[in-house]
Order: sequence, then structure tokens, then C-alpha cells
Amino acid sequence: MTDTVDKAPAPAVPPEQIKAIPVRHYGRWVAGAVVIAVLALIGIAFSNANINYGVIPDYLTDGTILSGAWHTLYISVLAMLLGLVLGVILAVMRMSSNPVTSTVAWFYVWFFRGTPVLVQLLIWYNIALVFPILNLGFYKDEMNQVMTPFLAALLGLGLNEAAYMSEIVRAGIQSVDEGQTEASHALGMTRAKTLRRVILPQAMRVIVPPTGNEYINMLKTSSLAYVVQFSELIKRSTDISSTSLAVVEMYFVASIWYLALTSVFSVGQYYLERRYARGSTRSLPPTPLQRLKKNLRMFNSFGRPEVTR
Amino acid sequence: MSSLGKDVASPTSGHPMVKAEGVHKSFGLAHILKGIDLEVNPREVFCLIGPSGSGKSTFLRCINHLEKISAGRLYVDGQLVGYRQKGDKLYELKESEVAAQRRDIGMVFQRFNLFPHMTALENVMEAPIQVKRETRAVARERAQRLLDRVGLGDRTGHYPAQLSGGQQQRVAIARALAMQPKLMLFDEPTSALDPELVGEVLDVMRDLAADGMTMIVVTHEMGFAREVGDSLVFMDDGVAVETGHPRDVLTNPQHERTKSFLSKVL
Repeated sequence: MTDTVDKAPAPAVPPEQIKAIPVRHYGRWVAGAVVIAVLALIGIAFSNANINYGVIPDYLTDGTILSGAWHTLYISVLAMLLGLVLGVILAVMRMSSNPVTSTVAWFYVWFFRGTPVLVQLLIWYNIALVFPILNLGFYKDEMNQVMTPFLAALLGLGLNEAAYMSEIVRAGIQSVDEGQTEASHALGMTRAKTLRRVILPQAMRVIVPPTGNEYINMLKTSSLAYVVQFSELIKRSTDISSTSLAVVEMYFVASIWYLALTSVFSVGQYYLERRYARGSTRSLPPTPLQRLKKNLRMFNSFGRPEVTR
Repeated sequence: MSSLGKDVASPTSGHPMVKAEGVHKSFGLAHILKGIDLEVNPREVFCLIGPSGSGKSTFLRCINHLEKISAGRLYVDGQLVGYRQKGDKLYELKESEVAAQRRDIGMVFQRFNLFPHMTALENVMEAPIQVKRETRAVARERAQRLLDRVGLGDRTGHYPAQLSGGQQQRVAIARALAMQPKLMLFDEPTSALDPELVGEVLDVMRDLAADGMTMIVVTHEMGFAREVGDSLVFMDDGVAVETGHPRDVLTNPQHERTKSFLSKVL
């Protein structure tokens, strides 16, 4: 069998393409002027404030701040990974037909989503009040020795994140058409195999965007770990400001680092989303670079040359 | 299109491929199947026709245990579907045992249900690798051969979204055949297709029937049923109203209900 279709022969000479003068977009220029004016006003206000901007570039690359940024980065990555793995497990438990596991998952989400992260961090840090001795059978130690600022931050942030991630993963799994499950079952695949090979890869398209959002949130929420003495950006910034008296300046330094980290991650997220869009559209959306080029071409149309459509 | 022969497993012989005894199915209060008795012999093309809601799709889905029957007995190749009988007690099969039963039964869906994140070739390779533990090389070789035979040898790298409905359904048939089933179930395989694409799918099915595959086909294509079918059942309201050779039932229906249905669709 072949898939050739008899088509009428195309005309030998292509018709003359339309060349037209594009419509003028006055609104864009008015809006642009308003935005520039507002930005200028805000900029003037900030530059007249009693803030010593001169010290910011120096502290930006200060060793203490750099290590704080590194701590922020790795605690948020590790907590996110913990949240992701636990979140998938919780989502599967929640949708399980086993009434015990689904109830456990429901209570987990209810509790960890319903109490402030700040409180959860402090509880982990002070867990020795409840369990003075940690005894795992093969390992025994005083809880105060075990529960370092790092571990308290990891558990506090990660277990809280798991509650949110499980809801995102569950929504993703439920977004996949039921026919996919039926088709895999009809082929003799078990439920576990169906989930891993067919459902989760398709759910990723729904899971990835909000997860990127969650991670950006995590980068900033990790600042709360300063209450458990974990030396991330905010703790390091306040340490410096308590001796240098450059309080607001140090918050600016920290914010610049947060902005830099979230910006780098946003780019990575974009390409991750493109990867999981495979097969869902006929052609992938343009990359930011391609879009920039297109917009620049449009910008040039101010001179209104004739444009071939 | 060349022969599909190698992909048709020979039945274990002796008993009918599918045997239904008083099969009932209810969803809550809705009584969908009200006692279906029928037999499908090996190498037979068995067509199920009837109005929507008559239970023909539900019955098809009971055969590979996508739906659990509420009463009666259903056998495939002499084996009870979904249960094991010991004495006069029935024991539910474990998930892995149900999956093992389904391996030998191919199914083609109305909405294709191809895996959208895999190419045509990967769709066909998936189950043999994951379920039968075949090597990639063996699975790839057979997948390529099956896609060649449904006329899509040059579309192996395409994702389902890049294929027409008819092409997707042919990939779906190849995907089911890759498990070398002894029985194929078709659930209205051409109902979601543009009229001009129906023919290419029916051609593949006709070829499969000629190679001796046992097929149960829920369809509204009366021409196909008459030409290819060996038996035909007209179902209405959960009951098999009339059974016989397609030519007889379609041209000379005995029951009033069959007559009025056929007068509307023929």
C-alpha cells in the first residue's frame, strides 16, 4: 500500500506574492513612552535615597556572600529533589486503590501544606525535644549531634515541598488520557510499567512548568533556613550587615544574587519544557533567540518598508 | 501488501477461541449486558453490530478483562478470563496474571490510543521489549517489518501527531500485532476516521483476516462485515438478538429489531 495522492499539477509560475505597507501601531509607542517615564521616576527616587550603592559591587563578590549563594543553591536543589521524589511517591499513594496508603498520603498533604514552613523548620531543628536519642538500630547518637542546620533545613524545606509536588504530580498523571492506560494494559503491561513508561512521560508536560515555578519559589523560600542557623545568603548578608551597618545594601546584594540564580534557572526551564513537548505538537515553538530575531525584524518595520507576507 | 502470515499465532486447538456463557455486566444500576452466549472459532472473523449503547463495545472490553463481568463465564482459548476456578470457587487473578492473559489478545481502539511521546516505530517496539523482554534489535526488526506491511515503512520516525488518522490506526494495528496475538479485538476501528481514510484501514484488516487471524470486530461498516465476516451478531440493549452468517443476517433479518436497525444503516 502506498500513500501517494494524485494531486492536480501545481501552476508552473507562482502567483505574485502580496506586498503591502504594514499598519502603524501608535499604541506601542505611547505605551513605551509611559513605561520609560515611570521607570525614570522610580530610578530618580532610589538614587536620591540614603543608600550607599558604592559598597554593593564590593560585597557582591565577597567570599562570605559567595559561599552563602552556593549554600542557597545546593540546599534548594537538594530540598527540591527530596520533594520531587517524595512527591511522586505520595501522588501514586494518593491515587492507589489501597485505602490505607491513600489516606496516609492525604493526611501528609493536609499537615505539611497546612502549617507554615517556618514552623516546620523550627520543629526539625528542635526535634531533640521529642526524640533526644536517635536510634536506628545500626546507628545511635544524640539527636542534637545529628540534627545539624543543614539536615534541619533539608528536611524542613524538602518535606514541605513534597506536599506541594504530590499535588502537581497527581494533576499531571490525571491529565493523561485514560485511553493510554487502556492501551498499555491491553498490550499486557502492568500498572507499574504503564505508569513509568507511558503515563509519567506524558504527565511531565503538565508537571514541568509548575515544578519550575516551585523551584524558583524554593530558591527564595530557602532564605527561611536562616532561622535554623543554616548559612545561606540571607544569614550571610545579615551577618555582614550586623558589623558593617550596611543593612539595606546587604539585602540588595542578596536580592541581586537571587535574581541571578532564578534567571539562570528560568532559561534552563524553558529548554526542559521544549524537550517534554516532543510529540505533542507538529513543530516545536521557537527558542527565545529565534523570537528575538523575529521581534527585531518587526521593530524595523517602523520605517515601513513593503513586507512580503 | 505482502502476507502477514508469520505474525498469526496458531491456536492451541480443540476448543473455541472465545466462549461466552450467560455473560452479564452492570455498571452500578445500569445493566449493560444481559446474558450473552456465543462462540468464536479459531480463524473466524466475528462481527458485532448494533446501535450505540447496545453493549457491543462493553462485551469486547470484557474479553480482555478491561471490564470485569458481573455474572456468567468467559473463556479465551479454553482459559477463564480474569479468574481461576478451583472446585466450585472462583479466585481473582493477580495483576501480573491478568497482564499475562492480555499479552495474547491484541486490541485496536476507536481513538487509536497511540503513545504520543513515541515515534511510530517506538510505539510498535514498546510492548515486546517491556512485556516480552525481547532485545531492541529483535523488536526493531519485527516493528519495521510490521510497519512495512501496513504500508508505513517510510513513516517509522514520525510521531502520532504527524500522521493522519488512517495512518495512526494502521500503526495501532501493527502495535497490537507486534505481540503476536492469537486473537485480535477491534473496537469500531474506523469510526473516528474521515470517510476517505476508512478504506486503508479496512484493507489491512481484510489482509489480516485472509491470513487466518481470529478477529472480533465491533463495526458499523456493513460492507466489511458482509465481505470479510464469517459470523455476525446483532446486539441490542445488552442482548444478542440475532446470530448467523453476515450475508443471511444482513439481507434476510428475522427479527423486527434487526430489520428496523438495518433499514436505517444500510
